[in-house]
Amino acid sequence: MTEHLEQLSCRELVELVTDYLEGALPAGEQARFEEHIARCSGCKTYLEQIRQTMETLGRLPEDGLTPEAERALLEAFRGWRS
Amino acid sequence: MAHVEAADTQLLDALRAGDEGAFAALVREQHASLVRVARIYVSTQSAAEEVAQETWLGVLNGLERFEGRSSLRTWIFSILTNVARTRARRDGRTLPFSTLQDPARVPEAAVDADRFLDPEHPRWPGHWAIKPEPWPEDALVTGETRALLADAIEALPASQRAVISLRDVEGWDSEEVCNALGISETNHRVLLHRARSKVRRALESYLQEADT
Repeated sequence: MTEHLEQLSCRELVELVTDYLEGALPAGEQARFEEHIARCSGCKTYLEQIRQTMETLGRLPEDGLTPEAERALLEAFRGWRS
Repeated sequence: MAHVEAADTQLLDALRAGDEGAFAALVREQHASLVRVARIYVSTQSAAEEVAQETWLGVLNGLERFEGRSSLRTWIFSILTNVARTRARRDGRTLPFSTLQDPARVPEAAVDADRFLDPEHPRWPGHWAIKPEPWPEDALVTGETRALLADAIEALPASQRAVISLRDVEGWDSEEVCNALGISETNHRVLLHRARSKVRRALESYLQEADT
């Protein structure tokens, strides 16, 4: 039973994923996280899915500027310059 | 940071010399982020658009006085924050201190509780009851998935939307995001965590549906 107290549950692990990826976990906690991932396929998949989510977000096109807005701003720039 | 400052200096020189192309490029690069951050403070997309426009005018007005003590981007976002706060006050909106400065106050689970076994389960307390299934890589690159992600981001509270957009869509680092939003590293992580968890959840239910 003492083992259970020291180990992370899956439910706890999913709440630490961002801190883990940001390198913000204290060393002991990071070791517990990595130990859990090494032996738990569900959490391994979960972490992979968060990574895939981030990568897919990184491939999204950025929202553009409407042509009207761009024209207005460039006009303002010309006005500022003169 | 030295290379960033060098690029800033070059850009500043071009802007001050009246280089319209340099200004247009800067606007194209930063405008969407400005609008997203503005949405934290004002209630509608069109108000956020106006705040971003006004910010650019503020940038032009301040350009001669900018001393380069922060990066150009940080300076632009500090102007945005001022413009947006003024606008929010004028519209009679309460500033979102709770969502930005104290996001952990209201707890939110990354994954629905019913995906896990009971914390009192004799053998596997808090372990997966329904494990996540690996996603097919090729399903992630379709236009439909991209549209779903855009909707999922749009559905987030404004502070979470701003953080995940700047970090994951536009690739800013955490320090820049904290500076632009005026929040601590910890609060930035809470917002990022909630945003990523929700977007993952949206992707999961979409990919599951597509699979059946």
